[in-house]
Amino acid sequence: MFDTPMCSLPLAPGLGYKPQHFADIMQDAGRTRWFEIHAENYMGQGGRPLAQLDALASRFPISVHGVGLSIGGEGPLDAEHLARMKTLCDRINPASFSEHLAWSSHGAEYLNDLLPLPYTNASLSRICDHIDQVQATLGRKMLLENPSSYLAFSESTWSEPDFLREVAKRAGCGLLLDVNNVFVSATNLEFSPQDYIAAFPLEEVGEIHLGGHDEDEDDHGKPLLIDSHGREIADPVWALLDITLAYSGPRPLLVEWDTDVPDWPVLAAEADRAAQALTRVLV
Amino acid sequence: MTTQTDFRAGLLNPDAPMPEGLTNAHGVPSPKRYGVYRNNVTVSLVDALQTGFPAIHSLLGDQNFRALATHYARANPPQSPLMMLYGADFAQFLAQTQALAHLPYLPDIAALEYGLRSSYHAANHDPQPFSALLSLAPEQIDDAKLALAPSAILMQSVWPIHDIYTFALDPTTPQPQAAAQDILILRKEFDPKPHLLPANAAKFIRALGAGKTLSQAIENAPDTDVGAILTLLFTEGAIARITV
Repeated sequence: MFDTPMCSLPLAPGLGYKPQHFADIMQDAGRTRWFEIHAENYMGQGGRPLAQLDALASRFPISVHGVGLSIGGEGPLDAEHLARMKTLCDRINPASFSEHLAWSSHGAEYLNDLLPLPYTNASLSRICDHIDQVQATLGRKMLLENPSSYLAFSESTWSEPDFLREVAKRAGCGLLLDVNNVFVSATNLEFSPQDYIAAFPLEEVGEIHLGGHDEDEDDHGKPLLIDSHGREIADPVWALLDITLAYSGPRPLLVEWDTDVPDWPVLAAEADRAAQALTRVLV
Repeated sequence: MTTQTDFRAGLLNPDAPMPEGLTNAHGVPSPKRYGVYRNNVTVSLVDALQTGFPAIHSLLGDQNFRALATHYARANPPQSPLMMLYGADFAQFLAQTQALAHLPYLPDIAALEYGLRSSYHAANHDPQPFSALLSLAPEQIDDAKLALAPSAILMQSVWPIHDIYTFALDPTTPQPQAAAQDILILRKEFDPKPHLLPANAAKFIRALGAGKTLSQAIENAPDTDVGAILTLLFTEGAIARITV
């Protein structure tokens, strides 16, 4: 149906691009072979963001990661925003386009967070319709990312892996597996992250994400992990990555660090660690 | 059933109860878990405002700024997924906030900061050199129309906005003295800067912006040092087109 493959990112580490690292990256990107950008930051008319993006895209494969399409929203997609996404994708022809199993807009309002939804037949059919519209507009297959969850909906009738498997099947999209999100959700909702990975349709996964989380407690003193992307990746998440890669084989592997962003060498060290994890399944 | 309308209602209203149907792993309602989303939304919006309005943040102090920004964010959530547009009416909100009536210059400083951000993301242009104007015949120069760059933004104030803005971000600069100041934000390559304009220069620049010819713009602003303004405009690469 689409003339571009789902994902042509290299089976190598990538990093979430931060403008403050531009000079470091252009000088020596180390073992990082590709970069992800948050689409909405590159939707101005001109200036430095787009100039840097063009330079980056001329040297590295780019993954365009949307945070504002609100694919899980109850209302219709924002056609104007989708058109902007197409303009951006047409500009740099990314190796991958991905979005989230979440909603962030309500009517005209944008809430600037990835908000959760119940997994029901109704939400399933709505999400598949939205993904159809996105893929048809962009003319490319997209990846849908599993969320971090802090709570459960009593009305849900699907497990998350089954829900995502069904979405991928019906909408013909790929999936983006965020291993940190699995770990965060598993801790918060008291399920086994290994069981989640075992149940996940890994054959549909075009990209894996890793990131850091913060630790808190809920009203009952139970651990409550927050997906903050503001620190190193936790050791149990690296361990879960190894288990995932053992099942799935090598995949493009992204390290995300979005708040309290450190200097380039700290990020490059995380990418090195991701490269080592990939090496273990590549040989 | 928990609709997104229910879920949204409590995100921006800390006094609203948690929507029904949201639980921990054992089916027990857990307000603190819903609170994570409430906190994420508010804090991310307040952080965005702090990044976008550093001079206002400095003038008000961290605690005052964040309290005020929280109030603004809850009443005025973004209307677009483009966070670069968020805070367009922050200046207006400051103007309407009674508790800030003793700082009447704040709205103009906020407008200046939003102007810098708009300039940063504005379309690129092809800067024209001064020589392109000077190489024209004298009568052509009179009739020439100079189009300003999309990133050029003019602001006029009854307050010393240039000096207050500079002082807010660098308290070692001279204390601002009461004076009306006009500024022109120009982006030479990627970094917009506010330039303090001489008296009446704003009239001249507004006339250019309205598509008047150079001689009409000069007539419009009789007591202006036109040479100095043209030097500023061309040196900073702010002329996108010359039409004769």
